[in-house]
Order: sequence, then structure tokens, then C-alpha cells
Amino acid sequence: MSEYGRFPEGGQPMTRYIRHACAFCVLLLTALLVNAARVQVVRSHEYDANPANRRSTIARYQQPRGDILVGDAPVTGSVDTREQLRYERSYLNGPLYAPVTGFASQTYGTTFLEHAEDGVLSGTDPLLAPLPVWNDVTRGAVRGGDVVTTLNRRAQEAAYRGLAGRKGAVAAIEPATGRILALVTSPSYDPAELSGNNEAVASAWARLNHDPEKPMLNRAVRQTYPPGSTFKVVTAAAALEAGVVTDLDERTDSPDPYRLPGTTTRLTNEGEGCADASVRDAFEWSCNTVFAKLGVDVGARDMAATAQAFGFNDTGVRIPYSAATSTFDTHVDRAQLALSSIGQYNTRATPLQMAMVAAAVADGGRLRPPYLVERTTRHGGETVAGSGARPGRQVMRASTAARLMELMAGVVRDGTGTNAAIPGALVGGKTGTAQHGVGNSGVPYAWFVSWAQSEDAPEPQVAVAVVVEDAAADRGEISGGGDAAPIAKEVMRAVLGR
Amino acid sequence: MTKAGTTMAAARAPARAGRLPRRRGVELALLVLAVLLSVYGYCAVGLARTGTVPPGAVGYGAGLAVLALFAHVVVRIRAPYADPLPLPIGVLLNGLGLVLIYRLDLETPNDQAAPAQLVWSTLGVGLFIGVVLVLRDHRVLQRYSYVCVVAALVLLALPILFPAVNGARIWIRIAGFSIQPGEFAKVLLAVFFAAYLAANRSALAYTGRRLWRLQFPTGRVLGPILTIWLVSVGVLVLERDLGTSLLFFGLFVVLLYVATGRTGWIAVGLLLAVLGAFAVGRFEPHVNGRIEDWLHPFATIEAGLGPNQLSQSLFAFAAGGVLGTGLGLGHSVLIGFATKSDFILATAGEELGLAGLAAIVLLYALLVECGYRAGLALREPFGRLLAVGLASIVALQVFVIAGGVTGLIPLTGMAMPFLAQGGSSVVTNWAIVALLVRVSDSARSQYDGREAS
Repeated sequence: MSEYGRFPEGGQPMTRYIRHACAFCVLLLTALLVNAARVQVVRSHEYDANPANRRSTIARYQQPRGDILVGDAPVTGSVDTREQLRYERSYLNGPLYAPVTGFASQTYGTTFLEHAEDGVLSGTDPLLAPLPVWNDVTRGAVRGGDVVTTLNRRAQEAAYRGLAGRKGAVAAIEPATGRILALVTSPSYDPAELSGNNEAVASAWARLNHDPEKPMLNRAVRQTYPPGSTFKVVTAAAALEAGVVTDLDERTDSPDPYRLPGTTTRLTNEGEGCADASVRDAFEWSCNTVFAKLGVDVGARDMAATAQAFGFNDTGVRIPYSAATSTFDTHVDRAQLALSSIGQYNTRATPLQMAMVAAAVADGGRLRPPYLVERTTRHGGETVAGSGARPGRQVMRASTAARLMELMAGVVRDGTGTNAAIPGALVGGKTGTAQHGVGNSGVPYAWFVSWAQSEDAPEPQVAVAVVVEDAAADRGEISGGGDAAPIAKEVMRAVLGR
Repeated sequence: MTKAGTTMAAARAPARAGRLPRRRGVELALLVLAVLLSVYGYCAVGLARTGTVPPGAVGYGAGLAVLALFAHVVVRIRAPYADPLPLPIGVLLNGLGLVLIYRLDLETPNDQAAPAQLVWSTLGVGLFIGVVLVLRDHRVLQRYSYVCVVAALVLLALPILFPAVNGARIWIRIAGFSIQPGEFAKVLLAVFFAAYLAANRSALAYTGRRLWRLQFPTGRVLGPILTIWLVSVGVLVLERDLGTSLLFFGLFVVLLYVATGRTGWIAVGLLLAVLGAFAVGRFEPHVNGRIEDWLHPFATIEAGLGPNQLSQSLFAFAAGGVLGTGLGLGHSVLIGFATKSDFILATAGEELGLAGLAAIVLLYALLVECGYRAGLALREPFGRLLAVGLASIVALQVFVIAGGVTGLIPLTGMAMPFLAQGGSSVVTNWAIVALLVRVSDSARSQYDGREAS
């Protein structure tokens, strides 16, 4: 059979062994393909989703991010770095818009609108793709869409200029719609410092986080303050709604000083003439004694109901990013209720919340949920989703709102808020000077909440809340009318165009 | 597997007179296709990265075409009956390898590997032409078997004198070039094994003790296999090169089995391999680390140290999915060190997908099949063993490195034949293809319609 002779065992031909060896090689290569299918198909989603896999991050920064617009002009941009994470966020006027845009960092994630609208801005929102199925097939990246805000550029600038670096915040709302016209916090920071992924970003992050002035804190939305006397708007609304007060000019039965019920603590006023003052005079001159007693007369249940109607204790406020919850304590004794009713004790509010109070008064008792996003568009400008406007709710009778407008107009006409008066416009406001800290040792916060209506306008066009924490000023001079009212006035003038 | 008897009967039946067709036209057509596919890949990279056809496309295509044409003409003259597949497969894999390396060069502007690879490919094709021209009959090699083994051992031992590079002593650096002598040793050892086993297979096949159903060889002939095993372990320990040692040992066991048909050899071989692997895996930290990585590819991620190369490689394969991201659009560069050499398959897997990977494995399978087919058709044992040995080198090498980067077996540093960056490897692979062309030419020109036994 073979020229090399038969094999000892009677001729097992080599051909057969070659076939066996060939089968073995085929087995090896088949095993490779089976394993490749396991890695590339069966387990691919698990590997793709591994947090250590940089591919999704690279894809995210592979194209320019959509922009955030104020009016028609973008306040953000994208810089091509030509690095692996290619496009970095840039900001045209970072500190001014920081509490609105937040930051979009390659290292530290996103906040505020950059976070809430990330799907649109980064292009992953399924609504952005005109033909979703076709897009799945081609696997082409969808250009990020734009987010158009409700902000009023001039109002925003006026608020920032007014705070002038002092610690504080401003929120302004259009009462008839809930559109947020200005949202400013001070001191602020430039979010562009956090955009990239290098050493400088890490040190900026450390510096901003350890800064005692807390420049990254969004004081307008994410910080609550004792509202002080500005809360008297809510107390007055509760008293009118409950029928405790029927005539604003009728003298109330309220002593000065007022002994808090069940205690020996005596509540006093800054000024004179508060004993038995009418609600109108007490509102104009901010009598603590009158409103503390008024709150107690209304009772905890009705006070809490009114406060909650205005938005206090609502944990779900979103503009679209979440706001801190403003609080009104519902489990209080009468002494605590008295203090709560003048914006002390556990009553705390964000500037946005107090702007909502002023807006509800100015809009005939109807509260429109505030929102920041006018619309989102595709890269080309085609609208994807409309405004964030949601239906409002009636928080008090229209007649109550009208009487509160009267009271607030009185404050600006001849009370503590004359600094906010604008010629040719009807302005209503309420000042506040809130004590805080252990034994009220902290520097008080100056508040001003207001609304304004041009003479020729059918309804109020703007509601504002301003808080100034200013620690630099002399304690005696801090007051809502002195520090906060001029800022509110400039914001209102910017909106009214006067 | 059919029974031997039926195979022989079936093979005898259609006995024909006359010779087989030469099929050089098929080879030329396939070469044109291989060159066009490579040029297309090169253009696809450029279009994906910059939106334009890369400026070197014409030069690259012309260069590849000229090399392929020269090789084809030489085969036409000197090996007219050769199998038409090995040369086009070599050109296509080499061309694809150049495309992948060029594509990765775009990510590493300071480290350009494609030009050097092109030079080495030219040298490789030159060697192919030289071997086909000079080596008129593969049986001549049988005379030089002992020269081959001495040369192979010297080449293997050489890097021990040079400093270790990246944990393994397998490179020597001369005048800026780094050469892996172990690559050349593969072919020389295949020649030696084939010659040694062809001469001694009757003695080796002599049955010693029979234990259960396995027939074990006598102690006297156990000597050679133990020697080869010791050399493999020596390579492993002294050079820390797990892949080469696995390859040598696997090649020897396959050839021993084909030569003698003794299952006992396989049992002894596997036993020794397991013992060696266990001992080395246990006590040699470099190898032990590789085994740990294989068992727990994501251990470094869980430890907060970031992904290691193997997990990056798995991420790359997973990102490719079935159809791949497209040439130039993946991120296999994240693997970092050795992306262009040991991990080149990850780039193919990510950018060409499972479909492309299957095509590549199929190309290797066809190349292996060419060798086995020549082995089946040849009549004399040296040629048969040489053909089987060369085919097995390709199959084992593909399995060891591709299995390593896809997490099937522990990762061992080894070049993917033709695809990976590495001059020694490309030149060696062209030599293998040249020998396959030569043995297939002998096989097909002698073919008389009957299958050899």
C-alpha cells in the first residue's frame, strides 16, 4: 500500500490522521467564532454599558452640544478641542446665566438646564430624530437641539448689576404665564471653568467647592431663607380668605408689644404706632405684632392651607430642574404659629417661591407654575416641544387678590417700599428684614417682593423677589426697602421698558 | 469522519487519466479582487476620517498590485499547478493588515507603523518569490533538517542575551529594527519535525504499554517528545513567551499524531502540557498574571484602577456588534500599548464587526485547508507532514492570539498572521505561503485521480 511499508498494526493510513488533525483545526477556528459571537452579540450590551468603557463618553462629545438661547441669541457654545473628548462647552456670559444654564462638564456631569435638557442638547432625545427607524439603521449621530429660555436679557442683566457682587438672589416671573424672566444668584462663577477634563478643571472644581461664599449655590432656586415680613402677604391673604379681616381700614384689636400665646416672650416692632393699627397701616409699616396676632386668629389649619396653596411644602416644584422646597410648619403651637405668620420660626422660602407669591397676587389670585424653557428645537430651528407652561390654579379669590394688590401698592406709594416706585407704572411691593441665626445673631436678610404694571398695560407684567444677604453692610441699615427694593425696581423697569 | 475503508473505495472509483487544471486564471482574478478590496479599505478609512480619499491610495494600490503581479508571474512559471488560494489570501490579509495599521496610525501621529510594515511586506513577498524560484522541490529540505533544528534553537536562544522588552525576552534590537527570531524558528522547526517524524515514524509508532484504551509509547522513544517539551518550557521560562511555547508544543503533538496515529501521544502530550502550564502558571508571576486577567477580566475596574488591556479589547469587540462601526470610526486605540500588534484583531472586530471577523477567520481557515488538502494529496510522508505542519502553525497561531484577545484562553503575546504589525512575522508568513504553494504544486502536478493512503 505504501512505499514505506505497512504499519506495525496492520496499516492505519496517514490520510485518516490528517483528517483528524484537520478536524481539530476546524474545531479551534469554530471555537473562535462561537466565542466572538458571545462577545460581540450575546454580551455586547453588558460590555457597552460597563462604566469603564469610554465609548459612550467619546460619542457624547463627538459633536457640538446644542445651545441654550436667551431671546434669539445663544448664551452657550462649543469649542472643538481636537482631543479624544472633542467638543467642550463654552459660555458667552457664564456668571450671569450660571443659575440657569448650570455647567456641562466632561468631568463632573451636568446641572440645571444643562442637566434637565441634556437629552435635547446632546442629541439623544428620540424626538430629535426626524426618522427614528432610519436613524437606527444608519447609526448616524443626531445633532444636538437648542433650548430657548423664557429669560428677558435686560431683566437678567439689571438684576445681576443690581446685586453688584453682594450675596443674594433675584427671581422674576411673568404673572400671566409663569415664564421666568430673570434668575440671578450672586456671587456667581463661570461654568466654562468646569467644561473640560484637565488638571485646571479639577482645581477649579476644588476651589469653587471650598469657597466660603459658595459661588456654585443657586440661591434663587436652591436656597431657602426666612422670608420675614414679605410673608405677611400670605398671612394677609389667609386672613382675608378666612374672613378674619373684612375691612382693611378697620382698626384691629392688637396690643404692642404682643405677648406670644402661652409664653412670656414679648414681640415688638421696629417702628411706632402699631397698637390696634388697621391692616392697611400695619401692612404699609410692617407691624409684626398685628400680623402675628392675625395668624393666630386665622389658626394653624387655614394658615397652612393658604401657604401650601401658594406653593409652600410642595416638594415637586420643577422649572424644569427641581427647586428647593419652601416650608411652612404645619405642626405648631400658637406661639410658633405667631412667629411663622411673620415669616420666622420654621417658615423658609426660596426667592423663586416669594416671586410666585407676588405673581399670584398680581394675576388675580391665579398661580401659574413657573418655567424656564420656552421651547426646544432641532438643530435647524424646527420646534420639537412647546413651552413648559402648565395650567394655573386659583389660590385665593380674585377679590382677595385685588385687595392685596391695593395693600402692596400702598407700601410702594407711602410705606416702606417707596424706593421701588417707577413713574408711569403701578408698582406694588412688600419689604422684609428677616432675622436668623442662633438668638437672631446673624446678619439679617433684606427682602423685597413686588409686581409692576405699566399704565397702558392690561395686567401686571412682572413679579419680582429679591433677597440680599449682604454681610458687609452695617446691621442697622439692612432693610428690604433700602437694599432690595432698588434692585427690584431696576428689574421691573427692564421688563416694562421704562 | 468516514471510515478509512469507504474513503479509499470512494476515492478510487472516479480514477481519471490526465492532469488537473492549472487554475492560474482563477488565482489572477482572486488577486485582482484582493488588491481592490485592500484599496477600498484604505479609501474607506480616509473617507471616514477626513471625508477625502487619502493621498497615498493610488500609490498603495499600485504597490500592492505590482507585488501581487510579480508573485503571480513567478508562481505561473515555477509552480503552475499550485493551489490558486494561498497567494490571494496572503495578499488580502496583508493588505487588510496594512489598512488597519494605517488606520491606527491616524490616532498616534507620533508613532507611524504602516510605512515600516509596507517595507517588511515587500521583503516578505520578495522572500516568497525567492522561495518559489529557488526551491524547485520541497523534498530538498529534508536533507537540511538538522541544519534547520540547530538554526531554530540558535534563533530561539538569541533573545535571552538581550534585555527583556515589555516583560518578554523575544526581541532583539539591531540598528533600530526589532526582530523576533522566534518567528523564523517556527518554519525551521516545522521542517525539522516533518523530516524527523517521516524518518522515524515506524519506530515511534511501535506500541509500548497498553493502558485502558490508550496505547502508550515505549520509554525509549519517549526521549524526543520530552526533549521538545523541555525546550518549550525553557522558552516559556527563559523568554516568558507563553504563546510561542504553546505553538511549538501544539505543532509537535499534531505532527506526532499524524505521523504515528497513536492516541497515547496525545494523552502524554496533553498531560505534559497541563503539568507544564500548571507549574508555570503557578510559579511564574508574568504568566500567572495573564491567567488571573483571563479569569477576571474586569478585576482592575472593580478595584478602581481602570480597565486593563483585555477588558478594553472586549469592549472594542462588543462595540463592533454584528456589522461593526465602519473602518476608521471605532475607538480600539483605547487599548493602548500593542493595539497595532497583538490586539490588531480588536480593531477588525470593532470596525468590521462579527461579519468581518468571520470573514477573516474564514480566510485563515481556507489557508489551513490548502495545507491539509496538499497533505492529503501528496504521496511521500515528508511532504505530507510538512504541509500539515505549516497549516497547523497558521491554525494554532490564529487560535492562540485570537482566543487570547477575545477572552477565550489566557492572553499570550503573539502576532496575528499577516494582520499584525511586526516585520519578522510578516516575512515568516510569506515563507509559509511560499512553502504551501510549493507543496500544493507538487501535490497537484502528481495527482492521478487517486487519493494517497
